[in-house]
Amino acid sequence: MGDQLMNWLIAILQTLLFVVLAPLLAGWIKCCKCRLQNRKAPSIFQPYRDLIKLTYKQPVVSEQASWLFIKAPYIIFSATVLAATVVPLVAVDLPTSASADVIVMVGFFAFARFFLALAGLDVGTAFGGMGSSREMTISSLAEPAMLMAIFTLTMAASTTNLSFAISHVLNEGLVLRPSFVFALAALTLVAVAETGRIPVDNPATHLELTMIHEAMTLEYSGRHLALIEWASQLKLMLYGVLIANIFFPWGIAETFDIQALGYGLLAIMGKLAVLAIFLAIAETLVAKMRLFRVQEYLSFAYLLGLLGLLSHIILEAAR
Amino acid sequence: MILFLAYSAVLLSFASGLLALMMNQRQYVLEFSRYWFKKLPNDNERCQSVITGCLEAKRFPALLRQAVFVLLGLSGVFAVLAGLSVLISKEIVTDQLSLGLPWLPWHVRFDCLSGFFFLIVGIAVSAVSLYGPGYVNSYDESQHPFAALGLFTGLFVAGMLLVLLADDAFFFMIAWELMSVASYFLVAFQHENSANRRAAFLYLLMAEVGALAIILGFGVLAGFSDGFTFDALREAHLSATWANIAFMLALLGFGMKAGIVPVHVWLPEAHPVAPSHISALMSGVMLKVALYGLIRFCFDLLGDVHWQWGVVLLVLGTVSALGGILYAMMQTNLKRLLAYSSVENIGIIFMVLGLSMIFMANGHPQLAALGFLAALFHAFNHALFKNLLFLGAGMIHHQTHQLNIDMMGGLIKKMPKTSVLFLIGCMSISSLPLFNGFVSEWLAFQTALQVDVLNNGVLRSLIPVAAAALALTAALAAACFVKVFGLIFLGQPRSHHCDKAHEVRDKGMLSGPALLAGLCFLFGIFPGPVISLINGVAGQLLGETLPNDAALGWLWLAPVSASQASYAPPLVLIGALIAGCISFWYLRRNPATALRISETWDCGFGGLTPRMQYSSSAFTMPFRRIFAKVWIIDEQIDKDMQGAMNQDVAAVHYHLQIQDHSWPRLYYPIEHGINKLAKLVGRIQTGNIRVYLGYSFVTLIIMLWVIS
Repeated sequence: MGDQLMNWLIAILQTLLFVVLAPLLAGWIKCCKCRLQNRKAPSIFQPYRDLIKLTYKQPVVSEQASWLFIKAPYIIFSATVLAATVVPLVAVDLPTSASADVIVMVGFFAFARFFLALAGLDVGTAFGGMGSSREMTISSLAEPAMLMAIFTLTMAASTTNLSFAISHVLNEGLVLRPSFVFALAALTLVAVAETGRIPVDNPATHLELTMIHEAMTLEYSGRHLALIEWASQLKLMLYGVLIANIFFPWGIAETFDIQALGYGLLAIMGKLAVLAIFLAIAETLVAKMRLFRVQEYLSFAYLLGLLGLLSHIILEAAR
Repeated sequence: MILFLAYSAVLLSFASGLLALMMNQRQYVLEFSRYWFKKLPNDNERCQSVITGCLEAKRFPALLRQAVFVLLGLSGVFAVLAGLSVLISKEIVTDQLSLGLPWLPWHVRFDCLSGFFFLIVGIAVSAVSLYGPGYVNSYDESQHPFAALGLFTGLFVAGMLLVLLADDAFFFMIAWELMSVASYFLVAFQHENSANRRAAFLYLLMAEVGALAIILGFGVLAGFSDGFTFDALREAHLSATWANIAFMLALLGFGMKAGIVPVHVWLPEAHPVAPSHISALMSGVMLKVALYGLIRFCFDLLGDVHWQWGVVLLVLGTVSALGGILYAMMQTNLKRLLAYSSVENIGIIFMVLGLSMIFMANGHPQLAALGFLAALFHAFNHALFKNLLFLGAGMIHHQTHQLNIDMMGGLIKKMPKTSVLFLIGCMSISSLPLFNGFVSEWLAFQTALQVDVLNNGVLRSLIPVAAAALALTAALAAACFVKVFGLIFLGQPRSHHCDKAHEVRDKGMLSGPALLAGLCFLFGIFPGPVISLINGVAGQLLGETLPNDAALGWLWLAPVSASQASYAPPLVLIGALIAGCISFWYLRRNPATALRISETWDCGFGGLTPRMQYSSSAFTMPFRRIFAKVWIIDEQIDKDMQGAMNQDVAAVHYHLQIQDHSWPRLYYPIEHGINKLAKLVGRIQTGNIRVYLGYSFVTLIIMLWVIS
């Protein structure tokens, strides 16, 4: 019983850590990008300042908006936080990973997106509709690709519970599996698309012709905007942690003592920092794609995911 | 006792149909009651006055309508009770009715499988009968007589229940035809439009072709056995070829009714033209009865399933699921869209059923039970949320007189209750967590992920592809229903009717969908009870249940084993509430940051009109480009020119028509062939009576020659 309680406590603490660290990652990426582009970087704590500033502002809501528009930020944020509870950050073997597995996590993302898209349509502006339409298009191609990449892992570990799957990869040791390489590539491509980074979407501009995510949130302000921004930072971090912990799980805590947890925290922060640098380099080097090139990009990710799954089934499932 | 409940459900639905016939017989009823009042020593003045009061010309129609739907509702309740009692007791009850042919009385058998489908029918019928009285009020009595609607609704429900009870091929076909023909009259109810008559005829044609295939399927089985009872058919030993033929016939027959691609074309024609509560029953329940037929035929009567059949179902299901949702996305008529979405959901069910067959034939009965469970649970869920959405569409149509979603908008403020109910339906069908659609989809994924146990290399690589298609289907469904909800309820009203719409006043019309919405949420949070009921069905039919019953608690859902996969929706709900409440409370506590209502910002452009909003074709434009090959797209842009050199554009006309590939590929060739054949036959029809007498004479001679 005491153990159980301890596990739940650690799971909740870990979720809080997720929520608290997410803006830091966003700040770090921005910082790296600025350096790479020969600009002066803002402090890596700038996202926190922005969020705090937004929460103290009075939100302005359109007279056309319905209750859905006002409630949607809370729903989006909660769904993203719930997705975060499922993903092991510093330690594996969490009770929250058992109450919702990785398919449910994808479901939470879908939940958040459903409401974000509806909120975009709520006020009845052309921008909102455009954003919703594009977001749903991209996600409906990205979601299956992501599931394919994840299924590769879950079939290798023969469980959809993320904690168990990660411990399985840990126990296997360092084996180069072709399926994992495909899955890693697919998941990376999907992560870039789903978190609205270059080359799919540009988080830094509000140019009508190209924006996707920003178009849906144009009408939001104040604390509503803060929640949505925070949720998207959280989503970015979630994808980062997924990639880092599934494919490079070493360092994650398998026991719940202070030392292991401390190492786990350091390890994941290091891994995320490195991933962020890669992302910043990619965003600096690559130009944004035309909208209708995105389908090719995502079908490529889908195909990679499928290849990963097939190569697992055909080559690796030794029987 | 169980059979009594089941029979009462059937009889009550017949009774409701017959009662509806009284609609035009008010005079006779009045005279009849007067006659009895005279004849009986009436010491009860009040009773008499109440009855004559009820028979007044003004009150009689409304009261009769209420009574008809009360009987129908009772039939639904009895069906639920019968289904639940057989599912809980896990008995198999049999009976014989001395109706039918002299040497073949009607055999009745009521087991868990029938009981489960009784439950589905019962819930849907109860919800519809709560909804019905308010909805049918809008029909003009002289043009659309209630007597016809009520009679055929009763017969239709009775037919569906009898199909589930039948235990011999004759009885089954009689009940099946009762269901098909009664529903034909319901589709043709508003027959003053030629489009409706055409849709109804198409429906009848396909239903009868399907029925023929089913009869032939039974015939193949009967050829190898001594009788037409299902018991005899079960004993039949078929060679592999004949078993395949029987399976293909059954698949064609039941698939036509269930709406599997490419024999789905009647669905998008028939559902939009039927009254909404009827389309709810047809889409939510009748398709499930067809599914019941297929399950009964393949798993029960044919017995040992072949893995090839599973592959056929898997492929057909995948095509239907993807095709259904892609076509649904392009529709602007709400009910047509929902009809195509039924094709998608039936496709998902067939896919999972195919997986179940594959596992069964490969000697993994436990995994087969898992797939079976996922298929039946999805059928149950689809009955709930599709009913809800069709009833919601009826409410919207009732209030706005529109079904074109490009003409709607802003209804969330005009019809707040309807919008919440419809939102729940949309969330369930998009398989979002916390709602029932997600649970069945989760189970379907879990089934597909067990592919590792199979030895066959083709299957091992085919099933993941199907899982990928399922993931794509789910994502597309979410996009489709974002479009539906967003365009109907959000934004600004796009037409005058929508601007003037108001909430449904009738309580019954709200409570029917509310019941379904409540169940959608309830079974999304606590799927355990239904799953353990289906587990019983699997146990009886496949002889195998899920590996560990203990893992199926009310809190956890761990169908394979706790270490492989688990999902605890109640915990997720609690987590969601906690996260939502904390953020809400934390951010709302400062009064200085109360909301300020202001004009829409829109990047400062201003001057928004409803016509500037995204329309249905605009929303789906990226999909149209990406999946262009799926449809036959006819897109035309005409410009009216004016001005000096005729170079100024005065107006732009946009025309978009999207057609189903199956018409030019499959149905027009068939139609062409039949016409050609008819012309050939026409040559011998000279219209001359002497020639016809000659034909009779020659026929007679040939017959005599054959006999002797």
